[in-house]
Amino acid sequence: MSLLEIDNLTVAVDRKNGKTVVRDISIHIEPGELVCLVGESGSGKSVSSLATMGLLPKGALKVTAGKILLDGENLLDLSPSELRDRRATRMSMIFQEPMTALNPVHKVGDQITEVLEAHTKLSNADKHAKVMDMLKQVGLPDIERVAGSYPHQLSGGQRQRIMIAMALILEPRLLIADEPTTALDVTTQKQILKLIKDLQREHGTAVLFITHDMGVVAEIADRVYVMNQGDLVEDGPVMEILATPKEDYTRKLLSSVPSLVPRPARASVSKKTALDVSDLNKFYGAGRFLAKGSATHAVQDVSFKVTAGRTLGIVGESGSGKSTVARCIMHLIEPTSGGIRVGGQQISGLSRRGLKPYRKKLQMVFQDPYRSLNPRLTIEESIIEGPVNYGTPKAQAKARAAELLDLVGMPEGSADRYPHMFSGGQRQRIAIARALAMEPELLVADEAVSALDVSVQAQVLNLLAEIQERTHVAILFITHDLRVAAQICDEVAVMQRGQVVEYGPTADVLGAPAHDYTRSLLTAAPGRDWDFPNFRPVAA
Amino acid sequence: MPTYFIRRVLAAIPVMLVVAVFVFLLLRLTPGDPAAILAGDMATPDQLEKIRTSLGLNEPVYVQFTRWIGGLLQGDFGTSLISNTPVIDLVADRMWPTIWIALITITLSVIVAVPMGVLAAWKHRSWVDHAVMTFSVLGFSVPVFVIGYLLIKLFALDLGWLPVQGYIAPSQDFAAFAARAVLPALTLASIYIALIARMTRASLLDVLGEDYVRTARAKGLTERRVLFRHALRNAAVPVMTVIGTGFALLISGVVVTESVFNIPGLGRLTVDSIFARDYPVIQALILLTSGVYVGVNLIIDLSYSLLDPRIRY
Repeated sequence: MSLLEIDNLTVAVDRKNGKTVVRDISIHIEPGELVCLVGESGSGKSVSSLATMGLLPKGALKVTAGKILLDGENLLDLSPSELRDRRATRMSMIFQEPMTALNPVHKVGDQITEVLEAHTKLSNADKHAKVMDMLKQVGLPDIERVAGSYPHQLSGGQRQRIMIAMALILEPRLLIADEPTTALDVTTQKQILKLIKDLQREHGTAVLFITHDMGVVAEIADRVYVMNQGDLVEDGPVMEILATPKEDYTRKLLSSVPSLVPRPARASVSKKTALDVSDLNKFYGAGRFLAKGSATHAVQDVSFKVTAGRTLGIVGESGSGKSTVARCIMHLIEPTSGGIRVGGQQISGLSRRGLKPYRKKLQMVFQDPYRSLNPRLTIEESIIEGPVNYGTPKAQAKARAAELLDLVGMPEGSADRYPHMFSGGQRQRIAIARALAMEPELLVADEAVSALDVSVQAQVLNLLAEIQERTHVAILFITHDLRVAAQICDEVAVMQRGQVVEYGPTADVLGAPAHDYTRSLLTAAPGRDWDFPNFRPVAA
Repeated sequence: MPTYFIRRVLAAIPVMLVVAVFVFLLLRLTPGDPAAILAGDMATPDQLEKIRTSLGLNEPVYVQFTRWIGGLLQGDFGTSLISNTPVIDLVADRMWPTIWIALITITLSVIVAVPMGVLAAWKHRSWVDHAVMTFSVLGFSVPVFVIGYLLIKLFALDLGWLPVQGYIAPSQDFAAFAARAVLPALTLASIYIALIARMTRASLLDVLGEDYVRTARAKGLTERRVLFRHALRNAAVPVMTVIGTGFALLISGVVVTESVFNIPGLGRLTVDSIFARDYPVIQALILLTSGVYVGVNLIIDLSYSLLDPRIRY
């Protein structure tokens, strides 16, 4: 008998004739097996897992048909209190964002102990011992101190370890992990994946691992289920899915995964330097009145150049200073020292007014297209706002906006509509059109494709490349994702703790890394041995 | 924490000093001769001169100010122009009824409103929620004096359970004090219950959508524990703010209720002094009210850091 058997499960919006979000899916997991549920946003993968835990948002979604059997017991027939008894003891769950998944006002040790309080009658000493033992098992250092800490005092990786400890302390037979490494840096992700795999082996726990990342799938899965828009598309052992996918959707999904092998360098189109950054430094927290503690040196002596028509990638993990560099260049924050030249003109140190003529030469595309467009402005208003501010007649700006929307592949009639009517990928196209409306010499893209699904991501990357070919705009591409960097950048600068540790042509830096840190980033990239678009292992 | 507390108390000193300067100038910068304003239209030159000397108006402004501040520090707030008694005694007399009513009102409001708000948020969009919200709108929109007179009519006149109005100090006769405090406190509480219940509900609704509430449920905790241990404390900061400012408001401005129930409190003293242009009393009341606001804000800020460990100063 399977440990978990989901039979013909259907979940719909809890309203009369509510929309079906998960349609007739069947999934089974054997004891000790690690099964990946893969899909893009809106595929219904998280909903399926929440339905299993009985955690569907009340009044919003409900199961309309099917069975969910855990050890042969139908979870959908249980009373709320019976279901509560099963949670944490027989099945438990960890979530994507360990910062928000832990209660900020309670110590993490207490939050783990709470599981024991709810389900066991152990003495205080026994509870403490069990918590400490679990903290040790998840590989946390200095466990007494960690147990007495609040979530915000720990790192992202440590927080996820706490979540795992909390989930596994009563040795449930099933662990549901909903994108548990998506919010983490690659090196941390690697450690957490290994931890889940190790614990799973030691305790014989079955894992239902939900992810959008094919790299992660290649790394850890025994079997894979692929979902798309509420339907189960395909399932099978991981090697079959990766090497011989049968369905078009699966093939498309795999082909969209950018390869880690750097693309061949392009011939340079221009000698003109669009951006020249020299010895840039930024301190945070210095010079404030009565400030406590020392300043953080967020950016240290960073220098690089971007020529017209080329793309420079700045890659690094969180806290590496890559976004601070972008913000200094955009003058969203003031650099502490160093030069920033745009089209040969020194712009660091200029006053607000002195900067104005150069502002339009620099435009930015932000990470989250859901928050970077003003929801109260139509698409057209958003796009023409900048040019009109710089004196372009309104009619002319509108005509240009229409051209740009066409250029970025938006359907006709988009101009008069509002941002909420578009998908994430479309919104990012709009954001790009808005940036281009200023006819910039430099486009700064800060994690501009990180919030997008992999197939949409591929389209936006193609769009950027196309636009660059036509307009010869220089692009500064900030990303944590080496795969994306390998596909779009001509040159790459790797940043670690505020410093550029390696800088050169992409083929050299990612093809034959010289610095230890670059190497560790590459080794940590999940699925690096698999060539997804070609359905085969990477040729040695 | 202790250093933070001391820093905050020290930081309140300049605030109070600014208030003091403002209060001092209030009288000195009014156009014309303050003595003439104080004395009124019918004053003789003799009376004017007497007022000038008593206020020290013939001396340089900085001397006047240091003397005035020096007096304040020794508890000398001047003498009422109307009753000729020391202002400090006048205010001290009127302070206690107001403080008692305020404390009872706030305690009552919190005890009733917080569970109401929690229930409404937990049973979001159910009849319980609608009932709480309806009550909330009523509590806001019905004027205080209407509620006051309705309560008097029902409990004092028709049922005869409680006295109509008046005030007796608790040290004198506690039962009589309590019987007379119930109705004004209930009257005032109607607004605060509405306000605090609404705030609790809104704040809790936000928190109930948070990931850590889902985590708490995933751990198999009971709904009660999820609500009270995980959600409520996270929702408490805005609620505390409302309670604190509500208390400060109760100290400074409950004129209508005090009038309806004939309570000799600060609200009526304020209004009476303004009408009588009793400047020394007005000055003292402004200083006192600002002091209460500064103190309450200090307590609210300190409570934040107790409620949420992420808040550190």
